[in-house]
Amino acid sequence: MHRNFREHNSGTMKANQSLRIVMALTLAFTMLPFASFANKDIAEAEEEFNPTDMIMHHIGDAHGWHFFGSGDNSFTLPLPVILYTDAGLVAFMSSEFHHDVEGQNVVERDGLKFVNYHEGIYQLDAGENTLKMGEDGYPANAVEPLDLSITKNVAAMFLTVIVMLFFFLSLASHHKKNAHAPKGMNNALEALVLFVRDDIAKPQIGEKKYKKFMPFLLTVFFFIWVTNLLGLLPGAANVTGNISVTVALGLFTLILIVFNGNKDYWAHIFWMPGVPVPVRILLAPIELIGLFIKPIALMIRLFANITAGHIIILSLLGLIFILENVGVAGISVPFALFIMVLELLVAFLQAFIFTMLSALFIGAAVQEHH
Amino acid sequence: MELIKPDFGLFFWQVIVLLILIFLMSKYAWRPILGSIRKREESINDALASAEKAKLEMANLKADNEKMLQEARAERDEMLREAQQMKKNIIAEATEDATVKSNDILNKAQEVIQAEKKAAIKEIKAQVAELSINIAEKVVKKELNSDKAQMELVNKMLDDVKAN
Repeated sequence: MHRNFREHNSGTMKANQSLRIVMALTLAFTMLPFASFANKDIAEAEEEFNPTDMIMHHIGDAHGWHFFGSGDNSFTLPLPVILYTDAGLVAFMSSEFHHDVEGQNVVERDGLKFVNYHEGIYQLDAGENTLKMGEDGYPANAVEPLDLSITKNVAAMFLTVIVMLFFFLSLASHHKKNAHAPKGMNNALEALVLFVRDDIAKPQIGEKKYKKFMPFLLTVFFFIWVTNLLGLLPGAANVTGNISVTVALGLFTLILIVFNGNKDYWAHIFWMPGVPVPVRILLAPIELIGLFIKPIALMIRLFANITAGHIIILSLLGLIFILENVGVAGISVPFALFIMVLELLVAFLQAFIFTMLSALFIGAAVQEHH
Repeated sequence: MELIKPDFGLFFWQVIVLLILIFLMSKYAWRPILGSIRKREESINDALASAEKAKLEMANLKADNEKMLQEARAERDEMLREAQQMKKNIIAEATEDATVKSNDILNKAQEVIQAEKKAAIKEIKAQVAELSINIAEKVVKKELNSDKAQMELVNKMLDDVKAN
């Protein structure tokens, strides 16, 4: 009994230590953006600070993973650009654009010329050597090939996959060895798995049918949560705050609803029982739209919540540069910190809400009426 | 507008990543984890049920013990009572026997005494007769000097005998 107590104690101490290291690292990384802004100010003192561009740059996707610095001095992780052109697949590293996003730097591959114009990769028409802008403000002499690049967001997704596999394979290996309750991190993860099972899947879908949907719900819950959390790190990508990502997530829920909806569910959409025929005709299109509105709402909620959080933090910090006064930092930074802590809650909350509502919609589709 | 314009590349990768992730996680993580959790929950439920059963059995056993103790106590009381009874009986019998025997002994003693008494009387009578004869002899020797005196004596003796 005593020995156990001592072990437990040392475990807590170890946890405290690692927590301290994490805090120190977080602090160090939080300082990086300030350093980069400072650099920028010195290097491009003449250039006017544009908060919209800064914010859009931070929450948008990019072909390279930019951490800090600007121009040729910036620290950017090059990522592969993969394009599906008329002549087949073309691939090269994003570093070949040399941090250019204005369409100036032309990359030639297989006789095709490419430029990066505001993070869109354009293929110059045959015979053209520079990008020309049309009257409407869009490139006039280039087309956009199908862009399947490993962008910053895709790379961040891979990172989430690695993090999830790392933690959950460890939990799984514990469970393969013995059936006892795990300790430490694994215990916390197991509690979350049980939370998804007992508080999301079981009450929404029902004791009988929830098992089939557990892999989807668990994966989506942890994917969104981990991605949200990683997105809060300085220099990280805004993956779940990107509409393309949430469209894909919403689509999975929609597909599960459509393929698992039972006869009763479809009857309630197309031919509502228990109401007069004219009302049924009236209800059918509304219900059909409702079928699509549900995942669309999921998609917009996640995208808007995460993006909004990022925009608020960036705006608060941007205030310092808009007002060109370091004193503003005294207010901006605590506020930004407060929002950041709030975002930690939002990160979990949005993962929970997405999973919860997905389970609710699936539950409605597979429910047996009496 | 950039913000809400879906980008096919990212959508494509998200679908691929999510499909692969769901596959990998369900095969290598969720299935073993949920399976083992379910097994553990079942074993906990079983353990609780068997503990409940053991408790019930214990209670039954205790009740049985109580009952057995009760019975043993009753038996002991019964045995004690019987022993008491037996003791009383034995004493009573012994007393009776003793009474009978002592009466017998007394009777026999009485008889012996009677017999002894008769014998003693007989002997005394014999001795008295002998003594009388002796006396009579001496008297006769002395007094039977005359006939008359003889006659008188004879008569007198006869009278005495009659008187006896």
